Amino acid sequence: MSAVLQGAELAALIEATAAGAPDEVVTHALSRDVALPHGAGTAVLITLDNGMDHTRPNSFGARGLAELDAALDAALGRDDVAAVAVTGKPFILAAGADLSAIPRMTDREQALAIARIGHAVFDRLHTASVPTFVFVNGLALGGGFELALHAHHRTVSEAAAGLALPECFLGIVPAWGGCYLLPNLIGAERAVGVIIDNPLSANRMLTGPQYAALGIADAMFEGADFLERSLDWAARVVTGDVVVERPEPDRGEAWDAAVAHGREVADAKVSGAAPAPYRALDLLAMAKTADRYEVFAAEDETLADLIMSPELRSGLYAFDLVQKRARKPAGAPDKALARKVGKVGVVGAGLMATQLAVLFLRRLRVPVVISDVDQARVERGVAEIHGEIDRLAGKRRIGPDEANRLHALVSGTTDLADYADCDFVIEAVFEELEVKRQVFGALERHVGPEAVLATNTSSLSVAAMAEGLEHPERVVGFHFFNPVAVLPLVEVVRAPATDDASVATALATAKALKKNAVLVADAYGFVVNRVLLRFMGEVMGAVDEGTPVEVADAALKPLGLPMSTFTLLQLVGPAVALHVAETLHDGLGERFVVSPNLRALVEARRPGLYDWRPDGTPYVSDEVRALMRVGDSPSTAEQVRDRVLTAVTEEVDSMLAEKVVAAPMDVDLCLVLGAGWPFHLGGITPYLDREGYSERVLGRRFLPAGVASVPA
Amino acid sequence: MPHVSRDVVFVDGVRTPFGKAGSMYAETRADDLVVNCIRELVRRHPELPPERIDDVAIAATTQTGDQGLTLGRTTALLAGLPRSVPGFAIDRMCAGAMTAVTTVASGIAFGAYDVAIAGGVEHMTHHPMGFDADVNPRFVAEKLVEPDALVMGATAENIHDRYPAITRERADAYAAMSQQRVGQAYADGVIQESLVGVALRSQEQGWGLASADEPPRPGTTAEVLAGLRTPFRPHGRVTAGNAAGLNDGATACLVAAEDTATELGLPVAMRLVTYAFAGVDPEVMGVGPVPSTEKALAKAGLTIDDIGAIEINEAFAVQVLAFLDHFGVDAEDPRVNPYGGAIALGHPLASSGVRLMIHLARAFRDHPEVRYGLTTMCIGLGMGGTVVWENPAWDGTGTTATATSGAAA
Repeated sequence: MSAVLQGAELAALIEATAAGAPDEVVTHALSRDVALPHGAGTAVLITLDNGMDHTRPNSFGARGLAELDAALDAALGRDDVAAVAVTGKPFILAAGADLSAIPRMTDREQALAIARIGHAVFDRLHTASVPTFVFVNGLALGGGFELALHAHHRTVSEAAAGLALPECFLGIVPAWGGCYLLPNLIGAERAVGVIIDNPLSANRMLTGPQYAALGIADAMFEGADFLERSLDWAARVVTGDVVVERPEPDRGEAWDAAVAHGREVADAKVSGAAPAPYRALDLLAMAKTADRYEVFAAEDETLADLIMSPELRSGLYAFDLVQKRARKPAGAPDKALARKVGKVGVVGAGLMATQLAVLFLRRLRVPVVISDVDQARVERGVAEIHGEIDRLAGKRRIGPDEANRLHALVSGTTDLADYADCDFVIEAVFEELEVKRQVFGALERHVGPEAVLATNTSSLSVAAMAEGLEHPERVVGFHFFNPVAVLPLVEVVRAPATDDASVATALATAKALKKNAVLVADAYGFVVNRVLLRFMGEVMGAVDEGTPVEVADAALKPLGLPMSTFTLLQLVGPAVALHVAETLHDGLGERFVVSPNLRALVEARRPGLYDWRPDGTPYVSDEVRALMRVGDSPSTAEQVRDRVLTAVTEEVDSMLAEKVVAAPMDVDLCLVLGAGWPFHLGGITPYLDREGYSERVLGRRFLPAGVASVPA
Repeated sequence: MPHVSRDVVFVDGVRTPFGKAGSMYAETRADDLVVNCIRELVRRHPELPPERIDDVAIAATTQTGDQGLTLGRTTALLAGLPRSVPGFAIDRMCAGAMTAVTTVASGIAFGAYDVAIAGGVEHMTHHPMGFDADVNPRFVAEKLVEPDALVMGATAENIHDRYPAITRERADAYAAMSQQRVGQAYADGVIQESLVGVALRSQEQGWGLASADEPPRPGTTAEVLAGLRTPFRPHGRVTAGNAAGLNDGATACLVAAEDTATELGLPVAMRLVTYAFAGVDPEVMGVGPVPSTEKALAKAGLTIDDIGAIEINEAFAVQVLAFLDHFGVDAEDPRVNPYGGAIALGHPLASSGVRLMIHLARAFRDHPEVRYGLTTMCIGLGMGGTVVWENPAWDGTGTTATATSGAAA
């Protein structure tokens, strides 16, 4: 039962660790005496503040932890102090450990050090002989969240948001006490929700009221006078006027059931491909009976293991891409060139078109006109849009005035003359080149010469669509991903003729739509579809050769993708998949297999390879088996995986050589944002590097060692 | 048919601790000081449904920046009052809060309001007096005022000129007494009663909490004060020690119709009898309380002898003494500022009126034998303001006077 580091040993470790991170942005611990009301005496209030505004939240590096340690030391060493409280600068408590130090860590000892230091410093809030408080005034992530758990009491601001333990989302675990303290505070079921469910559900976070409802805070106060009320409440705790009672957590079956549920969630989300959530669950299981310092020691070791894991390095890489590169697309022209978009046109009134219309309406709040080949289709589309607006109002996502505003902005027509004053027109008509060329040609007769003509095509050539137009320079690809409301990626396609102003306008529009744009060249399949169809083609090819469907579909399980290949096929629909496969086959070459069995499925109008049993498990029906003609050279799952990953390595390399995107980071960003691929793969290139495919197939890595992997 | 007037009562008042300009509140917003006061009033009176507040009148002298944007409305929203509660901003320099009270009181008496919040704020760190003022050149060109009429300290020296009997020694003695009385009032827990704690932001030191006034200098003696220089005139009489300083702070109070207070079960601390404002030569703005008090007493049908408690703002000791000399009241009379005044506590300009009322309400409570009291103050550009109040807890002893205006018999 080792307790935490103290004294000279702690100081030495802090110094050594600090030396390894010279550019730490230090979060200072500023101490001030406060005369508590109700005669409770003097409290020391410690404010965490890195001296920057809210755009640069507080984070904990070795020096910051040292300052907090010194502040606690000073306060707890006095005999005239009745309480110690910690809070943050305006809107921020702390965003956790300083992650920027991690990519540089080359050995386990360094990771172990940061875990041990955090435990040692935060534990002082627990061992203090006077009441300790953390006033959660705002953002509290990871280590910031854990800091609060060590104190005897917590208050939270009703106005706070961004309260979470996102470690499992990135590829580590709460390693500064969270795995022990949270379940012991609120029970295992709620703790699993915060440590496993939330991070693995697209990094969902808590608001102040939710944090209080879970019982993590003892009291919640409104934002207007949060600190004053917290100090007043703390004073009454000190005087004994307020007594906090917390229910004992259920350490019986309920704890085990909670951990088991957590494993089910982890399996569903990462299929065992990412170690972090499972390691967190091990710690949570341990916390049922083990003592605090045993679990802290186990957290230390777990963090050290995971920081040295490729999955975490890929996770940090992906996180960095999504935080930074996604907001500033590589290769973007000057933002100032973007033109104003005061009216939007959508051509087509089908499912995709109406989804797009609703998105443009909600985000841009400008007039949106839609059209289709006949009046009946138009009216159906317009009705669908009005219906969606009403649904949003019904769910209170928009107020009644806003709903009225949006209703008034929608119009439908069969006459393209009504697009004359549109600044941005996107077509979402039938996926056939001639149809789209015709649409653009017809539109050009009405719209201004600078109006952006955008196509939502997933696989056709944007340049071909612009051919013959008087102003081809304003044609761009603007490719969304289904479901449009959820997936943040837009592939913005620049054809050879496209000018900077149109690209800038497209990027600005994507930003206004709250999407993340990646600039891609006009190559068949752009990024996401090209990679996905290469995957699917190889898997399907293995089935054509005689590999059992179930074996082929499970081959990629070690990657932990959001869904299996054939589940994705079912979601997209075999007809669409076939169409895209054919386009890529014709445009890029025979390596894009067009499976005769896929064609058979489409001709038989089957929704996919699978049917579903009542219990939700998929199976291949006899009717589907009867449709298929397969060979007699089955592969094993390993062989399928190897073949697929080799093919994808070649494909990504081709894409980079063709300059479809600027760098491997853009391929990875597209897969994360457009296909929902998990952080532990880092998109795909980190995985291919780590599994040795890039070196084997291409003779070199995609990314330098250390960028998304442990440095040598 | 003519309007029937209603009785108006002062329910309760609160204030932030006052700070020295450039010190504890330097990084705190002026409107946040007001928000704290409003929330404290609502918290202290759960018997008042917030939607019953008919208006929020907040005063500030310099209405820009964090004291701009129609304070009464912004602070109502920021304080979390229902959106249906309106608000406005008001200005009569030092008598801002006093004017906010008399204005909403008039609305209540007229029947347009039942309950209102009135208060004031001045953040003299962020808004030094007269900053950005654009004085009309006619003032000087047509000799409408002397050039130094806009310098408050100079007007205080002018009062010493007008009343030579008011010496520096008397001014210093009065100032020392104000400090001593504040010290005693803190020791007796009187001041703390009406304070609301305010979070103190400091980038350099971290968050803190203001729980006591910053300006008081307990232990100040007339001897110490005698050594201070006279910045407004060489060999003058006015010093930083016998005047109020530059300060930051806010006040707010609940004013209601007496019938509404009864309906809601609100406590009644004072009943409004009458009020008056009057102008004087700007060069001697400090004498303003004299004509405004004469006017108010006349309206009330009372004399100064009927007044059992006086709260006079201490912008300068000389101006208090001029008032007391005029009315024949001894400078050490315990009726006058018994808990100390602005020389010790500070004078964040537009907030002080309600601070005087808070003190008077306490005096009424401590002295049920007192029937009538008044709050009075001098105002820049040469004015005085006075409000006459009746003690609802009057026990029937001490005086036989009855006001003829406004108050119930």
